[in-house]
Amino acid sequence: MPDNYFARYLPLLLQVGIALALAGGMVILSALVGKHRYSRAKMSPYECGMTPVGDARERFSVKFYLVAMLFILFDVETVFLYPWAVLLKELKMFGFWEMMVYIGIVLVGLFYVWNKGVLDWSGTPRISVGTPAMTAGPADAPGSTPVFSAPVEGSRS
Amino acid sequence: MSGNLSVGWFVLISVIKILIAVPILLGIVAYTVWLERKLVGHIQNRWGPSRVGPFGLLQPIADGLKLFFKEDLTPPYVHKALYLLAPILSLTLALTSIAVIPVGGWVTIRGARIPLQITDVNVALLIILGITSMGVYGVALAGWSSNSKYSLLGSLRASAQMVSYEVALGLSLVGVLILSGTFSLRGIVEHQLGGFWNWNIFGGGQIVAFFIYLCAAYAETNRIPFDLPEAETELVAGYHTEYSSMKFAMFFMSEYANMVTVACLASVLFLGGWSGPLFGPPVLQALLPVFWFFLRVLFFLFLYIWVRGTLPRFRYDQLMAFSWKFLLPLAIANVIITSLVVALRS
Amino acid sequence: MLHLALFSFFGAICVAGAINLLAQRHPINSALSLIVVMGSLAVEFMLLGAEFVAVIQVIIYAGAIMVLFVFTIMLLNAGEEERSAGSRIAVLLGVPALLILMGLVAWVLIRQNPASGTVAAGALPGTPPEIGRLLFRDFLLPFEITSVLILIAIMGAVVLARKEH
Repeated sequence: MPDNYFARYLPLLLQVGIALALAGGMVILSALVGKHRYSRAKMSPYECGMTPVGDARERFSVKFYLVAMLFILFDVETVFLYPWAVLLKELKMFGFWEMMVYIGIVLVGLFYVWNKGVLDWSGTPRISVGTPAMTAGPADAPGSTPVFSAPVEGSRS
Repeated sequence: MSGNLSVGWFVLISVIKILIAVPILLGIVAYTVWLERKLVGHIQNRWGPSRVGPFGLLQPIADGLKLFFKEDLTPPYVHKALYLLAPILSLTLALTSIAVIPVGGWVTIRGARIPLQITDVNVALLIILGITSMGVYGVALAGWSSNSKYSLLGSLRASAQMVSYEVALGLSLVGVLILSGTFSLRGIVEHQLGGFWNWNIFGGGQIVAFFIYLCAAYAETNRIPFDLPEAETELVAGYHTEYSSMKFAMFFMSEYANMVTVACLASVLFLGGWSGPLFGPPVLQALLPVFWFFLRVLFFLFLYIWVRGTLPRFRYDQLMAFSWKFLLPLAIANVIITSLVVALRS
Repeated sequence: MLHLALFSFFGAICVAGAINLLAQRHPINSALSLIVVMGSLAVEFMLLGAEFVAVIQVIIYAGAIMVLFVFTIMLLNAGEEERSAGSRIAVLLGVPALLILMGLVAWVLIRQNPASGTVAAGALPGTPPEIGRLLFRDFLLPFEITSVLILIAIMGAVVLARKEH
């Protein structure tokens, strides 16, 4: 193992290249080898044997957007924890307290969203974000996915 | 003695290691599918595959060949480029993580010390996390480009689930990082050598983190009890409903390759990696760690299948609440307690 | 040599991705181009020896922020954008203004450190402990203020989501 920093990452790049070649090769090979016999039924989206109703691309609950947003914020918090964690033995108690202040402030945010009901996916949310989310359940037929209620024209850019 | 290998030789050896590791990984993937079908069969009082070869051992090969020759359908209503990109992206990412995972100690060939690992980098753990975080795109793009209701619903669910559990997954690793003080997976294992009381799960007191990691990792790989993205009863096949032939198989393979990565990472982070008793001649001494490591990986793969044969599926609101309201606070508590203990000791 | 070749190659991918981002009409294609830009930027950081920043670039930008972008495009079902000729004032004033701004930045940078020679890759601190020491010793206050920023962002997201209704 050379100490050369750059050389250590070369195998990683090679691995990505080989994995990509393998995956691409599979797609190409299967396209060449497989049968192609098209029919009209095969060419329509799967809908349990029914004729498809409407377009698949409907609008969904804003809740998914909120989850992605919260994910970014907590991910940023986690990323700050990493260099701190590997350095804690050097920072000692001072390091512990500085991170406690940090985690404490972020925890306030967690309790805020908890209290606002953003983390509840069942029943009526206390904060009304669009129509009730398309939480899983047998009643959740795709045809009846709630449409986000913002005016269509307004939100198209 | 690490600097005695020229870069050219190093790259050549790396290529050899990759060419050994990738087929082994694909073999493990194929036989995990066999093991799953066999075990779940026995759990449900069936035989599982038993026709192709002894104990159905040739079944994965038959399946693979069959999938290659199946009709390769690219429906006209899809967004073609992204539809093709999604399985390629999924599989490429799934096969990449293996590059930084150490499977054993060092071997000495003609005086050159070679690690049993494709490459040992400083930020190995973060690289795996980065690859995991990119995995969302394979699922999201597959569902979106398919232009089918089931696919889109499945992929939305899957992406929301994956990002939710990624936070808990990331936080569960902080305790291990505090104990070992490095991101290098080799360094983390070397920190735990010398007996099972040194393993992070026991000596490090990371048993809670271990539990959080397993839950989050199961959710990341979309496995039961967190397999809502492909809940057959409501979503047909979830985000890969519109995929056929090898393109479907590639999603399947990447799911299993991700399971192998999770199993490897769990062994490395919590169960002491390749540590275990060494005895016998030098060749055996060099290969035994690989065997001990493989045993752990096998155990985790078995656990995956056992859980699948045992537990029912979560409901979606339970799934989200479990991540944000249970695992996340628990992971933060684990970080606080571990860091307090370590800070007081040092 | 190989190092330089790789650096130029990923630099080219980065620029190509950025141009493609502007040229594409469908938002999802633009978002994907941006992911390519982020990914190749991460490789550039890696090649320059900033391994920690490189991985964080992937985890945060490519793996989290772009997920939100893709999510929003999926959720809103945003279609292809309509092209307009663009405002003439923007072309007449914007392009020269941009050139002047870039020239100014370059001038200031060259004035500030004229003798900024070449630095070997990996010569500057880029490992996680070095970043940590900077973050948790020298720049402690900015770090703590980040947490307030995260808190505000959390509240802002919730308030905005409520307003939409």
